[in-house]
Amino acid sequence: MTEITHRTASGVKFYQVGSLAVGNRLLPREQRAAQADPQRANTMISGHRACQGCGEVLGARYVLDAAMRATEGKLVVVNATGCLEVVSTPFPESAWRVPWLHSLFGNAPAVASGVAAALKAQGHEEIRVLGQAGDGGTVDIGMGVLSGMCERNDDVLFVCYDNEAYMNTGVQRSGATPAAARTATTPVAPGHPGNRFGQGKDVPAIAMAHRIPYVATASVADLRDLEAKVERAMQFTGARYLHVLVPCPLGWAAPSSQTIRLARLATQCGLFPLFEAEHGELVSVTPIRQQVPVDEYLRAQGRFAHLFADQAAGGRPDLVARIQAEADRNIRVYGLGGQP
Amino acid sequence: MAATELSPHRGAAPEPAGRAVEGSRAVAETVARCRPQVVPAYPISPQTHIVEALSALTRTGELESCQFVNVESEFGAMSLCIGASAAGSRTYTATSSQGLLFMSEALFNAAGLGLPIVLTVANRAVGAPINIWNDQSDSFSQRDSGWIQLYARDNQDACDLHPLAFRLAEELSVPVMVCMDGFVLTHAVERIAVPEQRIVDAFLPPYAPRQVLDPGAPLSIGAMVGPEAFTEVRFIAHGRMQQALVRFPELAQRYGKLVGRPAVELARGYRLEGARTVFVALGSVLGTLEDVVDEARADGMPVGAVELTCFRPFPAERLRTLLAGAENVVVIERAFSTGAAGIVTPELIAALAEPPAVSARSFTVIAGLGGRPITKKALRMLVHDAVAGRVARFSFLGLDRDLLARAGYGRASDDPPGSTAERLLSRLRAPESPR
Amino acid sequence: MSAHPFATTLDPGSSRANHTGAWRVERPVYAHGLPPCAAACPAGEAVRDWLYTAEDGSYETAWRRLMRDNPLPAVMGRVCYHPCETACNRGQLDQVVGINAVERFLGDEAIRRGWTVPRGAEPTGRRVLVVGSGPAGLSAAYQLALRGHAVTVREAAAKLGGMLRYGIPRYRLPREVLDAEIARIAALGVRFETQSCVDDLDAALREGGFDAAFLGVGAQAGKNAYVPAGDSAHVLDALTVLAAAEDRWPLRLGRRVAIYGGGNTAMDAARTARRLGATDAVVVYRRTRERMPAHESELEEALAEGVSVRWLSTIAHADRGLIAVERMELDESGFPQPTGRFETLEADTLVLALGQSADLGWLAGAAGVGVGDGVIDVDADLATGRPGVYAGGDAVAGPERTATGAIGQGAAAARRIDRYLSAVAGEQRDVPRQQPSAETPVPFGRLNTWYYSDAPAMLRPQLDAARRVDTFAEVVQGLTEHNALYEARRCLSCGNCFGCDNCYGVCPDNAITKLGFDADGQPRYAIDLEYCKGCGLCAAECPAAAIEMVPEPARDEPADRTEHRDAALQDVGP
Repeated sequence: MTEITHRTASGVKFYQVGSLAVGNRLLPREQRAAQADPQRANTMISGHRACQGCGEVLGARYVLDAAMRATEGKLVVVNATGCLEVVSTPFPESAWRVPWLHSLFGNAPAVASGVAAALKAQGHEEIRVLGQAGDGGTVDIGMGVLSGMCERNDDVLFVCYDNEAYMNTGVQRSGATPAAARTATTPVAPGHPGNRFGQGKDVPAIAMAHRIPYVATASVADLRDLEAKVERAMQFTGARYLHVLVPCPLGWAAPSSQTIRLARLATQCGLFPLFEAEHGELVSVTPIRQQVPVDEYLRAQGRFAHLFADQAAGGRPDLVARIQAEADRNIRVYGLGGQP
Repeated sequence: MAATELSPHRGAAPEPAGRAVEGSRAVAETVARCRPQVVPAYPISPQTHIVEALSALTRTGELESCQFVNVESEFGAMSLCIGASAAGSRTYTATSSQGLLFMSEALFNAAGLGLPIVLTVANRAVGAPINIWNDQSDSFSQRDSGWIQLYARDNQDACDLHPLAFRLAEELSVPVMVCMDGFVLTHAVERIAVPEQRIVDAFLPPYAPRQVLDPGAPLSIGAMVGPEAFTEVRFIAHGRMQQALVRFPELAQRYGKLVGRPAVELARGYRLEGARTVFVALGSVLGTLEDVVDEARADGMPVGAVELTCFRPFPAERLRTLLAGAENVVVIERAFSTGAAGIVTPELIAALAEPPAVSARSFTVIAGLGGRPITKKALRMLVHDAVAGRVARFSFLGLDRDLLARAGYGRASDDPPGSTAERLLSRLRAPESPR
Repeated sequence: MSAHPFATTLDPGSSRANHTGAWRVERPVYAHGLPPCAAACPAGEAVRDWLYTAEDGSYETAWRRLMRDNPLPAVMGRVCYHPCETACNRGQLDQVVGINAVERFLGDEAIRRGWTVPRGAEPTGRRVLVVGSGPAGLSAAYQLALRGHAVTVREAAAKLGGMLRYGIPRYRLPREVLDAEIARIAALGVRFETQSCVDDLDAALREGGFDAAFLGVGAQAGKNAYVPAGDSAHVLDALTVLAAAEDRWPLRLGRRVAIYGGGNTAMDAARTARRLGATDAVVVYRRTRERMPAHESELEEALAEGVSVRWLSTIAHADRGLIAVERMELDESGFPQPTGRFETLEADTLVLALGQSADLGWLAGAAGVGVGDGVIDVDADLATGRPGVYAGGDAVAGPERTATGAIGQGAAAARRIDRYLSAVAGEQRDVPRQQPSAETPVPFGRLNTWYYSDAPAMLRPQLDAARRVDTFAEVVQGLTEHNALYEARRCLSCGNCFGCDNCYGVCPDNAITKLGFDADGQPRYAIDLEYCKGCGLCAAECPAAAIEMVPEPARDEPADRTEHRDAALQDVGP
């Protein structure tokens, strides 16, 4: 059994914000976040048409800039259809500054595999391939080809930017939509408090079941953790999977300024555990730093508002308790409350 | 097996050199000599022998520097092709039937992105009912996918079309489908001359992509295009595909010289001199058809045949020229559009109607669905009926009316006068048939 | 026409043609909030600023920033009751930042390394008299000297420092520290005259040719409270005890000493008595611990040194060796009321520590300078009724008489005197101080404290209490450099950017540019309003509440937008 370690900010010289903030003027350059670098890649640049406060474009820039740093700029990106694609490349303008290919909604992992195969055939294995999709393109429609990519151990880092529903088409339920969330296809009605319980798909666990070299979860609220995981992922050859939580102000019905806070609350309440697995085995978890009840996370989002209306109007403390139990389970199973 | 009824000859072509080999194997060897760099593969009958052979050729090193990837679906296979092609590699795969339909979304995408992928379709019926045998419903269903479609009359043709397909695809940035009748060709062992490596190398230069995913010169490929430019994108794609009508004959001539065989044509006439009734067909039926035409000619009937090799782009001018003297044009189709009629016929009619109009009457005969053999006998009857003016505008060749009757869809003796199809249709329009 | 396929392939980064700034309804603005520490500092120190500077080890720069407001950091780093720390927002997170300890570290570092302050301004030829060399006088003299004025400080006592020397025992403030910081002021050209009592202001001004004066005479007369005492009772004033210890007069205290009072001076007197040989030092205080005016730390240190306290007690009568103590009870309003129950306390000496007042009789004849209620009358500008004569420190009424407040008043008066002298000379030479933009200190709730590392405060090492009672060696030790740096870095930088790059990092629209640091070492960023969509993430994720979202002003004509493209880059920074 591989020993599970805890990823923390240790090793960073104490300075007000340690490694919690993006930058730190006192750290040696190589220890700074890629995002703090004035010369960062800016893989995705201004002028894209994402909504205010979009977590997905932020997550994409975080991931890709880190990947660009890790690969010294030798990166090719394959993108599934979805918000990230639509907002970034409406003719005649592209926000990307990497070689970037968009094919279809459900085939990004396979297209990425094809790019990797071509680069291998050409003897250009130093150029690394990154596939990316939203949760719809990963968890649902792209699942088969993603599994194929993992099973073949193709040399691709596939990144899922999970905003927990089909946002591009107007907030419909996906296989990643959490229980009790209101979406356009899980509307709140008497006897129907949003999305059903007990559904949804744990894709990181599915990826782990393929015993691929590296699987990790990350969030836009934990930049250094995210960047470290991208760096780590790039140290492996073969199939790698990174699942990044990216709140969506529109779909989650929250102010645009709350995107990062919501991602933070998601990890700090235990609903979204941050971990790493190598060759199918859990090797590290990022412990909860300031635990909060799920209540605090849920209340901040309009998609869960029906859980907190007064009882007469259908407020559901029982469902909040079930969600809390889910968080508690994560904390127990992943050891998120453990000491570093 | 129907293959025994097929002529291995292309009209007046000389006996091919080469060796006795299965069609699929010969195609695989030819493809290997085209030096593809990425071959994703997914099994489906009757295509499997092609990718099996390519897998072996890759493992033995006969096909060098090629990534043969066993994928999880045809959708995945075509998607890998898209990625590999966009990354600048020559890319190939093969499929059939349901597999082609499972690829469909990616087919349109590959074409829209202008990726010069070459795909062999071992033509097979599309279910339900599930049926593994040959017809051409699968590739015809992808008529509008933006791919060039070439139909092989025999296995020599199937081989020779592949170097041409790669060359054409890469020149025009349009993907090409090479269609060969499943089992009839893929599993037939015949004498086939697989083009030699030096000839293919001389004909087919290394792939020089017009754009590539290059970290040194990043591009965004696959943009979203709205109403402001979508029509123009399609207009340009149409123009590019139309160039194949010019380039295909030129390339085929060159290739034909290199291999010492007559050039493949967009569409080719057979005994058209003085032919008043001309039969138009695609694929493996041509051999038998030409034999029947020879017989009919010997009997003094003014008949001829046209082999349509290139269905997309549609060689309207070429067909007008070939059919200029015809009074009756009978199109033998191995697929049909349920609820309408033939798929090739309406396009042919439209082509002939271009001024100066060719005033031939047209007939559609649906034949060989789901692997039903198109026998010489059936074709002979068709020729006689056509010359005698007994062919309906739309009919099914060899429709088993007894079978229908046993199934409760009317008895043969009850059939009203008229063509088989019309009789059937009138029967079907009646209230629910007794079982 | 580009070489690549039309429309489906696009050039990299071409989205910059799309100016998403037009979506904005709110825009972020970099703010300079008032940190609670600075708001609370009676000396007006820009605490956040010098902590920020110290954080990267630029101690000398930090010290110089500190020295703009306070010439005695090594002294104040020891004796200040640090209201800055009381106000510090970090206290609501874990423990307050040890600002005072860092100040002391910087002050000590300056002494150790011999850092000096250059004479800034050209000599003005103006002469200013400062009466008293306590913290108010020293502060005023320093600020006036920096502005080029010729300053003479007249001190009645034998040594400089006023209450810093005679009211604060050396175990709290070693004299070499005080001397060093005064010497640095002297090095600016300030002339100090000791044993030079001013008893006639008019004469002093006239004879010295002074253009202005600052009166910082302090409050050094022990307040008399009537304590019935027998002839043989040995009663001393607390300041006398402290002064005797300072100047090493022989003083007979005896073995048992009672100290009457509950202020810091009472604590100092008790602790000094212990050091002078008393085995028992008992503080008699009429109310409870909660209501004691002495600072908690002073009491704690006294108790640790063996001082005891009799709460709810007044002294009814003192006689040779014996003191009668009456027990008190607090009434409903918290005021102590006699109970009629008496106890006896053995005490060889009774030390009265009941507060001090200013001795202002000498001002009776000074024209225009009013005195009332035991303090000099001044207006809000610290001006007396006489033009050019200002006063500050304990000699004027104030909310709390502390050395820190005295330094603030001395500096404030110096600025007014400078302005007065300029006005007289027909010049405008007062340089306005940099003022924080907000009046209300940044509240804790506006900070995004997630980003601050968990970091408990360093405790200043203390001498072993058992060992220190028989020595006047300094009780509280300074921080090591490592600890001082750590402590400085605990600062939350409330309301002010400290260059964490969060805004730069979290902007989904890459609308923020890093511009590095300005000449003062402060971080600079620019917001590109061509692309900022006004999502507010930068403001929400700013740890220090240094970004505010403000409503978007009415939009200019689109044509102006490109015209003023450079102006759209909102350059920011302190």
